[in-house]
Amino acid sequence: MKFGILVQEGPYNHQASDSAYNFIQAALEKGHEITGVFFYNDGVINTTKLMDIPADDRHISKRWSDLGAKGIQLIVCVAAAKRRGINPDVLIENARIDGLGQLSELCIESDRLITFGD
Amino acid sequence: MFVNRKAPHGSIYAYEGLEVILIFGAYDQEISAAFLDDAVLSLKKGQDTSEIGTKEFSATFRVLEAYGVENRYVERESLEQRGLTEEDLVMDVEVVDGATLRKYMGEQDVLLPF
Amino acid sequence: MLHIVNKSPFKYRNLDTCVRVSEKEDPIILIEDGVYAALKGSSIEGLMKKTLEDHPVFAIRADLKARGIDEVLDGIEVCDYSCFVDMVEKHIPYSWL
Repeated sequence: MKFGILVQEGPYNHQASDSAYNFIQAALEKGHEITGVFFYNDGVINTTKLMDIPADDRHISKRWSDLGAKGIQLIVCVAAAKRRGINPDVLIENARIDGLGQLSELCIESDRLITFGD
Repeated sequence: MFVNRKAPHGSIYAYEGLEVILIFGAYDQEISAAFLDDAVLSLKKGQDTSEIGTKEFSATFRVLEAYGVENRYVERESLEQRGLTEEDLVMDVEVVDGATLRKYMGEQDVLLPF
Repeated sequence: MLHIVNKSPFKYRNLDTCVRVSEKEDPIILIEDGVYAALKGSSIEGLMKKTLEDHPVFAIRADLKARGIDEVLDGIEVCDYSCFVDMVEKHIPYSWL
């Protein structure tokens, strides 16, 4: 089955981004397809490469980037990103900044759209 | 269907949620919007944010119909809990009970929370 | 429809609204702080027991474990992420954020 993911919260402050990641891992293990991850609201902060994380903790933006390297599209909402200082200069590899229309596309392409937020 | 549950000014969810509704409307998808819990407060008449400095957007809800959001639901109990009636709201809505809203939610392919 | 609840029932009323806007037999899955609703002997045990009469309720094992909850209310089924995925496959999900 095709799952689309919407992430509405920033990293570390909330568990949303961790839950989304765990859900994606479990779905992939079961042979499902992830059509894309759309980052909205403070969720866009997941995609900054400026994070500097102690070695004993998970590196959330790197984790997303690695998922993107596997071919899963990571879409960062342009309007939400602009408000929060996320631009192409600070964006992690394998993600792209795009319009809200892409969330609409994701809804159409996916059999299920599941939201993680607060 | 957009299922909104958050109050308008203490956090940005209601405003950024409205932005999504407008874009989806422009994409010509069949969409509906439901307001329950604190989201009914987004629709309250007489909001003026000039002194807190945030953006006032309650008037924008009035354009939803023109954007193709034909089904606009408000859950009755959420309204009553907050001492509001349909007349207190900035746009025309269909007031429904929880069971009816659940029935409408069950007809959707996607349920987006804001 | 699958109801996903991620909030502590002691601070938020999400679970109340979720139950109000649900149909009998709709499954409810507790994730993140939502799993605190599975605590035994809590002040919301009554609400949960009533909820369990009409709904299958699940709680994510990893979230329970992280919060030191080894025993859950009778009737709540502990499940892992794999079963969470299966449930989303079966039902259209809504997250009561």
